[in-house]
Amino acid sequence: MIALLLRDLRLAVRAGGGFGLGLAFFLIVVTLVPFGVGPQQEILARIAPGILWIGALLACLLSLDRIFALDYEDGSLDLLVTAPIPLEGVVSIKALAHWITTGLPLVVAAPVFGILLNLAPDAQFWLVVALLLGTPALSVLGTFGAALTVGLKRGGLLLSLLVLPFYVPTLIFGAELVRRGAGGMATQTPLLMLAGITAATVALVPFASAAAIRVNLR
Amino acid sequence: MSIWEYANPVKFMKTTDRILPWSVALAAITLGIGLVWGYFFVPAAENFGGSVKVIYVHVPAAMMAINIWVMMLVTSLIWLVRRHHVSALAAKAAAPIGAVMTLIALITGAVWGQPMWGTWWAWDPRLTSFLILFLFYLGYMALWSAVENPDTAADLTGVLCLVGAVFAVLSRYAAYFWNQGLHQGSTLSMDEQQHIADVYWFPLLLCLAGFILFFIALVLLRTRTEIRARRLNALEQRERMA
Repeated sequence: MIALLLRDLRLAVRAGGGFGLGLAFFLIVVTLVPFGVGPQQEILARIAPGILWIGALLACLLSLDRIFALDYEDGSLDLLVTAPIPLEGVVSIKALAHWITTGLPLVVAAPVFGILLNLAPDAQFWLVVALLLGTPALSVLGTFGAALTVGLKRGGLLLSLLVLPFYVPTLIFGAELVRRGAGGMATQTPLLMLAGITAATVALVPFASAAAIRVNLR
Repeated sequence: MSIWEYANPVKFMKTTDRILPWSVALAAITLGIGLVWGYFFVPAAENFGGSVKVIYVHVPAAMMAINIWVMMLVTSLIWLVRRHHVSALAAKAAAPIGAVMTLIALITGAVWGQPMWGTWWAWDPRLTSFLILFLFYLGYMALWSAVENPDTAADLTGVLCLVGAVFAVLSRYAAYFWNQGLHQGSTLSMDEQQHIADVYWFPLLLCLAGFILFFIALVLLRTRTEIRARRLNALEQRERMA
C-alpha cells in the first residue's frame, strides 16, 4: 500500500500538473474574484471564506478525473483490482495521494490567499483548520465520483454534476467555521460537524467507490 | 404471489396491462375532484387570500419529490441484492418523474412566495435542500444516460442512489444549520394543534392521493416503455449478430 502511495505521488510529480496545477488554479480563482465584485476591502473580507472554499472545491474537482482514468487506460487498475490487497484500501490510498497532491498544498498556501482577499487575521487560523479538516472529505468523495465515471469516454462534465452536490455539507460547515472564526463567534459546532463528516466519509465512502470500480471493470 | 415473480418481464407486462387503465382512471378521478374542490369550492383564507390554493399542487408535489427518491432507493436496493431487473427499470423510470415533481414544488413555491414573502426565491433551508435534491435527480439521470451497458448503468446508479440518499438528508440538516427559514412548518402533521383547518384538509387529502395514484400510473407506463425498449434493443442486437 505504501508502495502504491509512493508510486501515485511520483507519477503526479513527474507527469506534471500534480502539485502546481491545483495551486495555480486556486490562485487564478482568487485573482479573478476581486475583478468580478470590485476591489473594496470590506466586501472582499466578507466573502473571503466562501471564495476560498469554492476555490478549494474547484481546484480539487479539476484533478479528480485523473485519479482512476490513467490507471484504467493502461490497465494497471485491473492489476490493482486483482492484487492481494483489498480494493477499498487501494481506493483509500488513491484518495490520500490525491489529497497530498491537491488538498495539502491548498491548506499550506491558504493563508497567503487569505491575505490577498483581506481575510480577518483571526480567521487565518480557522481557515487552515477548516481546510485541513474538510479537504480529505473532498478527495474521498471525489474518488467516488471518479469511480462511477471511470469507464466513460467523456466523463468530465458528468463527474462534476455527480460530485458537486456531495460537497454541499462539507462546504456549508467549512465556510461557516471560517466565517465564525472571522466574526469571533463560537466555532465548536461547525468544527465538530466538519470533523464528523470527514471522519464518516473517509471511513465509509471507499466501500462505495470500490463497489463502483468492481462494476465498471466487470 | 410475491414481488419476485414480477422479475419476469412477461408476467409484469401482463399484470400491469390490467392494472394500468384502472390506476390512470382512479388518478384522473381523485386528482380531478381534489383540484376542482380545492380551487373552486374552498373559501379564501383570511390572511392568504386566493394564493392558499397553490398548496393543492405544491404540497403533494413536494411530498412526491421526496418519496420518489425513497422509492428509487428501495428499488435500487432490490436490484443490487436480488438482481431484479424490473426493479432497476422502475427506478430508472421514476427518476424523471421525481425531478419534475421537485421542479413543480420549486416553481409553485416561487409563485406562492412572490406575493406572500415578496420574493421569488430565498435561501431558505427547505428551498435550498429541494434545489440540492433536484441536482441529485439530474446527476442520477445523467449517469443512467451516460453508461451504455444497461446492467452496469443499473449497478452504478443504484450505488449513486444509496450514497445520494445519505447526502441528500445530510445536506438538508446542514442547510438548516446554515440559514434560518422563512418557510412555514410542516403542513402534513398528525398534531391537531398545528393542523390546517378541515375545509382545506379534505381536498388536500384527495390531491395527495391523486398525486400518488398519478405517480403509480406514470411509473408503470414508463417501466413498460423501458421493458419494451430493452426488448427492441435485444432484437436489434440479434439481428446484427445474424
